[in-house]
Amino acid sequence: MNKRIIYQMKGLYRDTFRVTGYEFGTGEKSVCIVGSSRGNEIQQLYCCSRLVKKMKQLEEEGRIADGHRILIIPSINPYSMNIQKRFWSTDNTDINRMFPGYDLGETTQRIADGVFREISGYQFGIQFTSFYMPGDFVPHVRLMDEGFSNPETAKLFGLPYVVIRKVRPYDTATLNYNWQVWETQAFSLYTSTTSRIDQNSAGQAVLAVMNFLSRQGMIKYSAPDGLSSKIVHDEELILIKTAKSGIFEPLVKAGQEVETGQPLANIVNPYEGDILETLYAPFSRVAFFVHNEPLTYANTAVIKLIQKY
Amino acid sequence: MIKTIAAIGLPVDEALEIRKNRIAPENSVDDMKRISIVTGIHGDELEGQYVCFELQRRIEQHRECLTGIVDIYPAMNPLGIDSITRGIPAFDLDMNRLFPGDIDGSMMEYVVARIMEDVAGSDCVFDIHASNIYLTEIPQIRINELHQDTLVPLAEKSNVDLIWVHGASTVLESTFAYSLNNIGTPVLVVEMGVGMRITKEYGDQMVDGIFHLMKEMGIWNGDANPVRKPIISRNPEDVSYLNASVGGVFIPAVQHGAKLRKGEMIGRIVDPLCGKVLDEVQAPEDGMLFTIRDYPVVVEGSLMGRLLKKEVCGYE
Repeated sequence: MNKRIIYQMKGLYRDTFRVTGYEFGTGEKSVCIVGSSRGNEIQQLYCCSRLVKKMKQLEEEGRIADGHRILIIPSINPYSMNIQKRFWSTDNTDINRMFPGYDLGETTQRIADGVFREISGYQFGIQFTSFYMPGDFVPHVRLMDEGFSNPETAKLFGLPYVVIRKVRPYDTATLNYNWQVWETQAFSLYTSTTSRIDQNSAGQAVLAVMNFLSRQGMIKYSAPDGLSSKIVHDEELILIKTAKSGIFEPLVKAGQEVETGQPLANIVNPYEGDILETLYAPFSRVAFFVHNEPLTYANTAVIKLIQKY
Repeated sequence: MIKTIAAIGLPVDEALEIRKNRIAPENSVDDMKRISIVTGIHGDELEGQYVCFELQRRIEQHRECLTGIVDIYPAMNPLGIDSITRGIPAFDLDMNRLFPGDIDGSMMEYVVARIMEDVAGSDCVFDIHASNIYLTEIPQIRINELHQDTLVPLAEKSNVDLIWVHGASTVLESTFAYSLNNIGTPVLVVEMGVGMRITKEYGDQMVDGIFHLMKEMGIWNGDANPVRKPIISRNPEDVSYLNASVGGVFIPAVQHGAKLRKGEMIGRIVDPLCGKVLDEVQAPEDGMLFTIRDYPVVVEGSLMGRLLKKEVCGYE
């Protein structure tokens, strides 16, 4: 294992800002794995720490195939993590909206540039990322519909779902999009949580990466057979929206199968306790995403349903 | 006439309402021209608040001169203004990256779509921003090169010091201005002053510009002050960016708008802990400093200023 500094910048009154990477194996730039880019992506950091531990073990046991170099960066934004702020500490910009970066630009553009110089040119890029709305997900792989990445390759993670989403204008400045511009097959890995650790889904994510590396012949690891991911386009997800604002009382969990007509959540009057609205499942599906904050706004997709696996 | 253009209930005993004030002549006729003044998309940019007030005050003094419709939207992001937040509180989203919105979408997508519906069809729209909280800007209008043919002639009549025509960017396609310009409603994006503050002098300059344009458009038949001739920059190489080479505290040595010679000192980045000068920031060429850092603390890369080349400014 080669632990090295990918990018650093001197702070005024804080310790130096450092982006640290862990490199395993030697040879071609095969896979780069990036964890948190926002300060609240604790689960994404945790997944990478588990991966680093696993890869150390594999390397010690001689189970990394010759000619493959695998880089893991647990966090590209430790400054924001340490002050528990989602975006950049001083100007609130999002590093994951600054790629490919600019070396003479503003601070987060420079960070993106410094990091991207190190992580571009890999055959595959895997980013643990989070959704902008608070909620729990069924772990899945996500990729963009216009990109360089192949859905069939995404199936090699062995997660139940591969979700293909439409590219929106703001995507053009994300790491995933820019990896693909430079011909890296990029995949975003969503685990169940963001700001709190869910050990089971972190374990599932680590296993998914192991499956992928094993099926690419990069590590010696006995990946289980059989699981074939279902490919779903994001417009096929059924959005269950609130009509009222209020206290959100979920009646199902992410991953749970639901039947047509089943109550999914109540929206409760925050002063008087009566139920303002009950949300029902229009079809038999699986709860793919469930809002996890105690309050909700009207017109908000608090639950997303997906086809049963 | 105050009208609510979007309303949605918040979780605890409050409604989010976006409101506008329509000022029209007493004897309205069909096909009158309409100008819309929009501000507050970024909740910590307040320069437009004074413009909204002063424009109405001056219209009321000579209401008989009004011959068209003036729509005033002072607070597109009321929750952000209330909480001194650039984006939309609770969502951590930049409202100016949600346009054109979706009437069937999430709460804010719905609000944004209602705003689009209401403003669309105006004959001219001013989208007034301050700079962010870190920088001060001279009054300027920024125009996407895709829309320059329509917008530059309007901007020239608006009493700003600078018209900055910039390159197209995919990311900017989600802005209020792009979305409306794209459907044929001309929007001029004004940047002036600094975040969280009101610079009355700039506000008065802008109100003069709006009256001048209203007169040109046939919305106002009273007096309008003459306007200044703006510098127009169309070439990305006209502008030099001054980014901090190190983190520290920036102490400016010159005023905003200063005309500088190459090598002249703009300011110093200092280290208060050790009492040392970390860097001396110098003008990279002759030019006018049209942006300067207002917030003193900088980290490596922080923008400290922008310089417009002397030959573009046209001064001796």
